Amino acid sequence: MQNLSPQDMQAIWLSAQVAIAATLITVPFGFVAAYLLVFVRLPGKALIEGVVNLPLVLPPVVVGYLLLLLFGQAGVLGPLLQSLGIRIIFTLKGAVIASAVVGFPLLVRSIRTGMEDIDERYLQASRTLGARWWDTLVTIILPLSGRAVLAGMTLMFARSLGEFGATIILAGNIPGVTQTIPLAIYEYTNTPGGDRMALSLCLVSIVISFVVLLANEAVSRKFRQRARQ
Amino acid sequence: MNLDVSVRKNYGGFKLDVAFCLTENRCGIFGPSGSGKSTLMHLLAGLLEPDEGVIELAGQTLFDSARHINVPPEKRRIGVVFQHAHLFPHMNVRRNLLYGWKRTPEAERRIDPQTLARVLQIDHLLERGVNALSGGERQRVALGRTVLACPRLILMDEPLSGLDEELKFQIIPYLNKVFSEFAVPLLFISHSLHEMRLMAEEVLVFEAGRMQQRLPAEELARGSLVTGSRGYANLLTLRAPRPHGDLWLYRWGEVDLVLTESGAAGDNVFELAAKDITLFKRHPEASSARNILPCRVEGLFGAGNRIGVELACGGGRLICQIVPDSVRELDVRQGAEVIAVIKASAFHRLY
Repeated sequence: MQNLSPQDMQAIWLSAQVAIAATLITVPFGFVAAYLLVFVRLPGKALIEGVVNLPLVLPPVVVGYLLLLLFGQAGVLGPLLQSLGIRIIFTLKGAVIASAVVGFPLLVRSIRTGMEDIDERYLQASRTLGARWWDTLVTIILPLSGRAVLAGMTLMFARSLGEFGATIILAGNIPGVTQTIPLAIYEYTNTPGGDRMALSLCLVSIVISFVVLLANEAVSRKFRQRARQ
Repeated sequence: MNLDVSVRKNYGGFKLDVAFCLTENRCGIFGPSGSGKSTLMHLLAGLLEPDEGVIELAGQTLFDSARHINVPPEKRRIGVVFQHAHLFPHMNVRRNLLYGWKRTPEAERRIDPQTLARVLQIDHLLERGVNALSGGERQRVALGRTVLACPRLILMDEPLSGLDEELKFQIIPYLNKVFSEFAVPLLFISHSLHEMRLMAEEVLVFEAGRMQQRLPAEELARGSLVTGSRGYANLLTLRAPRPHGDLWLYRWGEVDLVLTESGAAGDNVFELAAKDITLFKRHPEASSARNILPCRVEGLFGAGNRIGVELACGGGRLICQIVPDSVRELDVRQGAEVIAVIKASAFHRLY
């Protein structure tokens, strides 16, 4: 680890920021999307499902390009945001958005599986005991899908750490600004003699991912214990 | 209770079409599985929407397809006790019990949680997780949870069928205590004739999505003398067992009965099959059977080769099942005096 340069340290810090921000921002949206898909009767549900899952099957580069079209200076939202003084492209915000969009389907899928596993009769019981739908959502669905939310967050976090294609298009590869670990590794592999540096960043990547998995396992066990009490 | 129902529902190829009006406080819905009992329960609770019809409870319209009224389940104040309890797995017993109570407006909270927990004998379990409970305890907590929401009507969907055969009837005294002490109207859904007789006064018989009959529980049981494979069973409440040699003496009305089975102090409910009672014209002097009761014949019913004889003895009533030849030979008719002989081992304790 002693051969990590200050620029590497910056990349690690940026990666952590992007992964944490993307995960925290998407969780509420992911939860709502999963709830809508599982529990609410909606017209055109298949279409919504398709849109939610699209980033999972599209090449990340395509996602990045579509985001660029959306947030770029000539894009749909770009000028509006610019008038508010917000710039997305080639900033850390862009990297967070790219990661969030690409990881979103994984998060929704995970939460959705957890929600589908909840016995419908718990919800019926809570309704007949006088709980309105939002009450049931907070007191029954949320706690019972906690493990699935956690698993989804882990996937989301890991996916964000590894996000490359969409990030490089929307946020670019600017050292100290938007250069996360994968982008730094990419740059090292393109530089003569950068192999060793790339390898140490790879090791860092492995360590972080492993820590995340362990943490997930520990918290998940707590959930299980609580459910078994 | 004043429940007025007239609903139609097509549900996965199954058609439910029933209309009835209930006024008794304890009613039963009886029928084989697939007869529409559970569908009806879901419709009443608001968990399923009828295709058309009207549901009214105590003068309030809960559902009316013509007027587009459909009160959501949380506003109907109809409690449900599910077949498998369905306690919330992430809450302990206390939080499960109070779930509905906390969501009941203060003015409507008629029942004190402490008192109810004592009646159901679950007050020592309050801090336990629900997964550490036995089947009977789970069902008692589920009942408590529903009762504490102070509903206007409680629907019980086969609440005993998930329990072991031995424990099954032990919950009945709790049910009886709760429903008499807290006066909540009950609609009890089951395919068990015993449960119907122990829990309901009036029974609606369902078959293939339609109501076939409506009659008192006792009459339904008498019908089973002819049609049922197991015949009629007398359900006797026997009091205060006392040891009698290596047997037990129980008080039944004005007479003592000798049984092989011991019971709890206080009331015990025993099952006695009608075909396990033998009739004699005169006192047999000596018999291996321990119970020899002089009785008067109150009436005869039944058909074919199964005749039910209603007997009055010692202040109680018994139904005895015999064949037509015996009726002729013993000259059994209304007002006749006969001797009923019952073995001490013929009684089977329910609870």
